[in-house]
Amino acid sequence: MKIVAICGAGIGSSGILKVNAERVLQRLGVTATVIAADIDSVARVAADAQVILTSEEFVEAIGRTHADVIVVRNYFDTDELTQKLTDAVG
Amino acid sequence: MSLPALADRAIVLQAHAADWRAAVRLAGDALVDSGCTTAEYTEAMLRLVETHGPYIVIAPGLALAHARPGPEVRHDGLSVVTLAEPVEFGHAHNDPVSVVIGLAGVAADAHLSAVADLANAFNDSSAIQALSRATNREDARAILEGRRVP
Repeated sequence: MKIVAICGAGIGSSGILKVNAERVLQRLGVTATVIAADIDSVARVAADAQVILTSEEFVEAIGRTHADVIVVRNYFDTDELTQKLTDAVG
Repeated sequence: MSLPALADRAIVLQAHAADWRAAVRLAGDALVDSGCTTAEYTEAMLRLVETHGPYIVIAPGLALAHARPGPEVRHDGLSVVTLAEPVEFGHAHNDPVSVVIGLAGVAADAHLSAVADLANAFNDSSAIQALSRATNREDARAILEGRRVP
């Protein structure tokens, strides 16, 4: 499974999402590759992704995609991530 | 990079900012003062929000001010600014902001180990509020390094 974390710069906030998503997925026993990327590269990087993690601000710019787009409110809340990732990949 | 011990100049506590731009500037100035970045990096951090909106408010009360790696970054580093009066960034859920973390990395992969350390500190949901109340740098460092005594 491929998961892409999207933010404006492709580092920083998407990096936090990547780190916490990896922790949650490991706990859930899901094998996945999580990549942090910037919004400008989303079409290329997320073309074969099953899940996109991002903030509300980027949903419109992500546009049409085959991936499940998960909007995360609190990037540090692993309970929120656990619930949303379970719904998406479980 | 893993989290370096934060220089005194990288920690600004109970500062006053009139709006979100001033708050981001304080975090940028602290990166400049501690030798991590040039002033252009601060402008790049502001542009990121102007372009994409207040998404850098990634948790209730906390903004992660950052920009892309580039020549504006001299070496990897963090800064921490707490605000005496929280400011609105215009975020739908996580306003107002009382803690601004400035993040600068020479390369994207350098960012990642630093953000892993940040995640460690802030996955504790009480850490943001504790940091916003810190009145001395040693307490702030302890919270960021996850060695806080409750």
